[in-house]
Amino acid sequence: MKPNTEYTRRDWDSHPPYIVPDYKSTLLRGPKKPLIPIPHSLSELTGPVFGHDKVGPLDHDLTKNGVQNGDPLGERIIVTGRVLDEAGRPVPHTLVELWQANAAGRYVHRWDQHNAPLDPNFFGGGRTVTDAEGRYRFITIKPGAYPWGNHHNAWRPNHIHFSLFGPSFVTRLVTQMYFPGDPLLEYDPIYQGIPEVSRSRLISRFSLDVTEPMQALGYEFDIVLRGPRATPVDED
Amino acid sequence: MPKQTPSQTVGPYFAYGLTPQPYGRPGIADGRIVNETVPGERIIVTGRVIDGAGKPVIDSMIEIWQADAQGRYAHPADGREADFHGFGRTGTDETGTFRIETVKPGSVTGSDARPQAPHLNVTVFARGMPNHAYTRIYFSDESAANESDAVLGLVDAGRRGTLIAARQETAGGPVYRFDINLQGDAETVFFDP
Ligand SMILES: [Fe+3]
Repeated sequence: MKPNTEYTRRDWDSHPPYIVPDYKSTLLRGPKKPLIPIPHSLSELTGPVFGHDKVGPLDHDLTKNGVQNGDPLGERIIVTGRVLDEAGRPVPHTLVELWQANAAGRYVHRWDQHNAPLDPNFFGGGRTVTDAEGRYRFITIKPGAYPWGNHHNAWRPNHIHFSLFGPSFVTRLVTQMYFPGDPLLEYDPIYQGIPEVSRSRLISRFSLDVTEPMQALGYEFDIVLRGPRATPVDED
Repeated sequence: MPKQTPSQTVGPYFAYGLTPQPYGRPGIADGRIVNETVPGERIIVTGRVIDGAGKPVIDSMIEIWQADAQGRYAHPADGREADFHGFGRTGTDETGTFRIETVKPGSVTGSDARPQAPHLNVTVFARGMPNHAYTRIYFSDESAANESDAVLGLVDAGRRGTLIAARQETAGGPVYRFDINLQGDAETVFFDP
C-alpha cells in the first residue's frame, strides 16, 4: 500500500445520524458533541486481518451449524453477494459475520423474552470469508419478524445482522439486510432512520438465478465499504 | 460508483453472533489480546460504558485495535512483523463494565511523520447506536508524549482528559481506568476518522 493512501470518509448522506428520535434508545446513547475528524495514520490504515482459520466448515451454513436432532424449521434461503469498495473493486478475503432470529422471530440470546418458540436445531450465528472476487455465500433460514418495546405494536421487519471488517480499522461496518416487499419497513424507525436516498441499499434482491431448485430461495445483497482514496504520489 | 452501505445498530442480541463464547461457540476474539509469550508491559484496561442518564450500558461491545510494544501493527500497511494480532472484542457486563488484558502499545508514527503517543484504537457498538463510535485510549503516565500528540492536539484542552486512561498500580499489575460516556458533560471525545 502506498504510504499516502487514505480512506474515504464516512458518508453521512448514506449513514443514519447517531440520534434518531423515533428510535428511542438512541436518545441517551448517541453522542451529541460533534465528531472530530482525524487524519489517517497507520492506526487507521491498518486493521485486523482474519483468515480462513477463523472459519469452520459449517460456519456459513446456518441450516447445519446448529443441528442437534434434525433440520431447522422455516424457509431455507441462500444469501449471497459481493463486498466492494466505493470504486467498485472487490474486497477479497475479508471476514463477514452474521446473526439473526429463527423462522419464528426468536433469538437464542438469553435476554430475548419473545414468546415465540426456540428451534433446537437453529443457532442463528455464522461467519465466512469473502473469496478473491469479494463474494460471500450463506445458507440459512428466513428470519421471522419480532416485536420490540420501542412503541405500541413495534415489530422489526425480517432482517439479518451483518458485521464486516474490510481492509482497515476505518472500513468497519455493522449493518442489517432486509427483504424486498416487507410491509414492516415503512413502520420501522431503525430502517427509517437511514437517509431516504440510501435506505434501499439495505434491501436484498430476490434472485431466481441464486435460487436452487427444490432447495432454497436466493437473495443477493452487495455491501459497499469505504475505499482507498489514493492521493497522487510520486513513487520513485 | 457504488455508494457506502448504511450502518445499522448491532441491536440487543449481537452477543451470540459476535461474542458467542458464553453460548459455547468459538469467537474470533475476546478481551484477552495477548497470550503469555507476547513481550511488553502487561496491563489491564477496564471501565464502564455509560449513557446520557448516567446509567451503565449493559448491551454494548467494544473493539480494540492496537500496535505491539514496539509500535508495530499486524497488517500489510505496516509491513513489519508484529508480536501479536492486536485485536480484542468484548461485551459489557451487567454493570456496563468491559475489561481488556493486553500489553501497553508502543508509539506509532503519525500522518505527519512524527511519533504519536501510545494509544489503543477503540470502536463502541450498542443497541441504540445506529453507527459505531470511534475513540482512542491514551495513558496517564505518558504525559509528555500526550502533550505533543497530533490527534490529542485536535481536541479542546478541556475535553482531552476523556481520552486518557488513569493508571493505578495494583497487586495484579497496572490497571488503567477508562470510562466511555456516550453523552453528558463528560462525553467522551469521538472521532470521525
Ligand atoms: Fe435483530
